[in-house]
Amino acid sequence: MFADLGKYLGNAGTRAQIADHLVEHVYLSLLPIVFAVLLAVPLGWACHRYRPLRGALIGVANVVYTVPSLALFVIIPAVAGTQILWPGNVIIALTVYTTALLIRPVAEALDAVPDHVVAAATAMGYRPLPRFLTVELPLAVPVLAAGVRVGSVSNISLVSVGAIIGSGGLGVLFTDGFSRRYLAPILVGIVLTLALALVVDLLLVALRRALTPWTRAQGVSVA
Amino acid sequence: MIEFRAVSKRFDDGTVAVDDLDLVVEAGTITVFVGPSGCGKTTSLRMINRMLDPTSGTVLVDGRDVLQVDPPRLRRGIGYVIQQAGLFPHRTVLDNVATVPLLSGWSKRDARARAAELLELVGLDGDMGRRYPVQLSGGQQQRVGVARALAADPPVLLMDEPFSAVDPVVREGLQDELLRLHAELGKTVVFVTHDIDEAVRIGEKVAVFRQGGVLAQYDRPAELLARPADDFVASFVGKDRGYRGLSFVDPAGIEVRGGATTRLGEPVSPSREWLLALDADERPRGWLPPGTSADGPLTEDLLVPGGSLYERGTAVRGALDSALSSPSGLGVVVEPTGRYAGVLRGAQVLDVIDRERAERG
Repeated sequence: MFADLGKYLGNAGTRAQIADHLVEHVYLSLLPIVFAVLLAVPLGWACHRYRPLRGALIGVANVVYTVPSLALFVIIPAVAGTQILWPGNVIIALTVYTTALLIRPVAEALDAVPDHVVAAATAMGYRPLPRFLTVELPLAVPVLAAGVRVGSVSNISLVSVGAIIGSGGLGVLFTDGFSRRYLAPILVGIVLTLALALVVDLLLVALRRALTPWTRAQGVSVA
Repeated sequence: MIEFRAVSKRFDDGTVAVDDLDLVVEAGTITVFVGPSGCGKTTSLRMINRMLDPTSGTVLVDGRDVLQVDPPRLRRGIGYVIQQAGLFPHRTVLDNVATVPLLSGWSKRDARARAAELLELVGLDGDMGRRYPVQLSGGQQQRVGVARALAADPPVLLMDEPFSAVDPVVREGLQDELLRLHAELGKTVVFVTHDIDEAVRIGEKVAVFRQGGVLAQYDRPAELLARPADDFVASFVGKDRGYRGLSFVDPAGIEVRGGATTRLGEPVSPSREWLLALDADERPRGWLPPGTSADGPLTEDLLVPGGSLYERGTAVRGALDSALSSPSGLGVVVEPTGRYAGVLRGAQVLDVIDRERAERG
């Protein structure tokens, strides 16, 4: 088996291909995280601010989250009018998933900001948008970061499924390996997927720590 | 000056929080709004900086209708101290205090320099500035809250039950601090509390609200305790209002007499009266009961602990309490330095009160 692996990785062309798949995998899984944060923050805020909207939005989010990924990859072109083999479909689909995943934690994190802190900010003379961006949102970061970590790991694994509809990424190594009954690319795909998930998770933890120095102040438990 | 003219506030659910309030808060004074919960005191306060807007009537700050001013701008010119301090947990103490100067367009450097001055003013160590609020005690957080409210030097300071979440000892210290700051800075302070003791302690004028947002009485604290406008105010200021009113009686007429004393370390000879034991620094240590005899010199374990000490020149309430709490019936008077000054009897205090009452007619 190791001989197989050595032979497979010994080919410079193969290695270059694997590197391309890896890069594809990174942007296919991480761009949706960025888009989802940008969408989930205003939607989560809307749930936090307007109670009646909350049930409806979170309900829709839950339903969306239960749609199987492969089905969603196929539905997106029909709904969005895009080409079925366009890699962007995967980005759209994963953005939808991650947004659905993040709306509730964002809303709950905003709920958890103490009223007296928000009232104090208002009384200091903050206008609503600056208050949201500089007081409420930073306080929601620990919970938001936890959601983003789950979302990133889930996306990194889901992107592989996209290979079935030809979107690229490390999943190609699986489809390739299965169709050729050849174990080496499958092993490489698994190892790289796991390593990528681990590295991204560590980076996210580092980012959260950089954004939330106050949670490490003495006497605070980090949520 | 802050003026309420026929101000009413009705909430969407139909409750009337404030009912036709007419009230003038004089510039440079501490005015306290006090009352049971649901009496509209906090609602009234919040209409000053437009955290709430009145349903009808007008609120004027320095002659200007607040409804004519853009709320965020209005608020930057009015300090606000909230219950539990409401500090921003994600910002250091220094940056919390610098909030309003930064919002008002100061440079970061100037705002922080100002914030450091303010921390010193409220009696906090400069090192505290680098900490986060969670690393401070409740009392320290409240000080930071006051510093933050004062940072842009607003002429008006609104305080919404600022000290209710701290323990009584710390609260008293914070009240003293507020009185000192007020004497130093001369701000117009409007202070909301449900605690009548706090109200009469710090207020130059006290507005008592009753349920339904009606102003029951607006007066100086001494008047409030001596002459409550109606049964509601009388019951709200409490059963011992007569006793608490002594805080406002002039103590000048109390004559301090010399009492029988002894000293720690001296031989003990039985006496027919209570002897006050002093230490080498002339500080009272306790009372030696009549008839006590001992072989050795006088030690502390022979003494009965004394009552409260009355500091000469302070409110009459303390004088009466010193007599009532003393095992010998004699109240011990000390100088502000803590040295023994003499004794007094409860009857003397009552005489002073009677005389003052006669003078007032």
